[in-house]
Amino acid sequence: MAYGGYEATEKAPRRHRAIKILLAGGFGVGKTTLVGAVSEIKPLRTEELLTETSLKKDSTAGVERKTTTTVAMDFGRITLRQDLVLYLFGTPGQERFWFMWDELALGALGAVVLADTRRLADCFPAIDYFERREIPFIVALNCFDGARRYSAEDVRVALDLDPGLPIVMCDARSRDSAKEVLIALVEHVLSVADEPVSR
Amino acid sequence: MPSNDERWIDAEAGRVVRPYALTRGRTRHAGDAFDLVASVSATYSQVADIAALAPEHIAVLQLARVPTTVVDIASDVDLPLGVVRILLADLRELGLVAIAAPVPTKPRQVDRNTLREVLHGLRGL
Repeated sequence: MAYGGYEATEKAPRRHRAIKILLAGGFGVGKTTLVGAVSEIKPLRTEELLTETSLKKDSTAGVERKTTTTVAMDFGRITLRQDLVLYLFGTPGQERFWFMWDELALGALGAVVLADTRRLADCFPAIDYFERREIPFIVALNCFDGARRYSAEDVRVALDLDPGLPIVMCDARSRDSAKEVLIALVEHVLSVADEPVSR
Repeated sequence: MPSNDERWIDAEAGRVVRPYALTRGRTRHAGDAFDLVASVSATYSQVADIAALAPEHIAVLQLARVPTTVVDIASDVDLPLGVVRILLADLRELGLVAIAAPVPTKPRQVDRNTLREVLHGLRGL
């Protein structure tokens, strides 16, 4: 009931539909590789002015330090149909880039958190972020060569994930594997949408 | 003296200076915000005052002759997103482009039929 009523849309002419999927995870976890494996990759830059304001209460004036950052984003598109295009955005893992996340997350279908079992902690911030904003996500474990394999359940415990949250193994270099990751996400989003809203 | 709500690009800004020179130093655009995957379409039939436009405005307009998303434009003109957004807002103010919000605008609003279509499309890749 809480969010019913959005499906009834006007009989407007069918518009071009753009679907956003976010790909998050720590540095070097394979986001660029995965985007490249499954989509037409495109260059995208964003340059932003970051302002850090001193939070010290007793400072007489807000001490501001300005820094600018050029962020190259992983960006790929998959044309599913002429009027249905999937956009993949790889989000820089570091927290200082989160000003971009809020914007990216708005209207996103969901997110894939790409994790490396050797550095699981790197994906904590992303998981935290999506949980807090109730953005549906799945965890994909990029199985690097030589990385010690952990079971999905070990990872679930380590990341303290809900039992229903899908954890999939993948090889970010493989197109089929990357495709399966996206399919797992969309299936998850569908199943979450099925759940009655109990509140 | 600059007021507090103006955001000047200073020497520290380094390479950001050049692209933002296109926007005359503005880092925020006028009018309503628009999504990264909002669709931009050129609405002009004739550009009355082409002299008022920078070459980059014209490049953007050309791309928008067919409806194109904000991110695709930024990627194709190879300018940072923030700059492209300001250029787009300029064009919108001049009545040269229309910017339509993407269909889903809030989480969980992608309708089930679209989800199924996405799934079907992905499986068929």
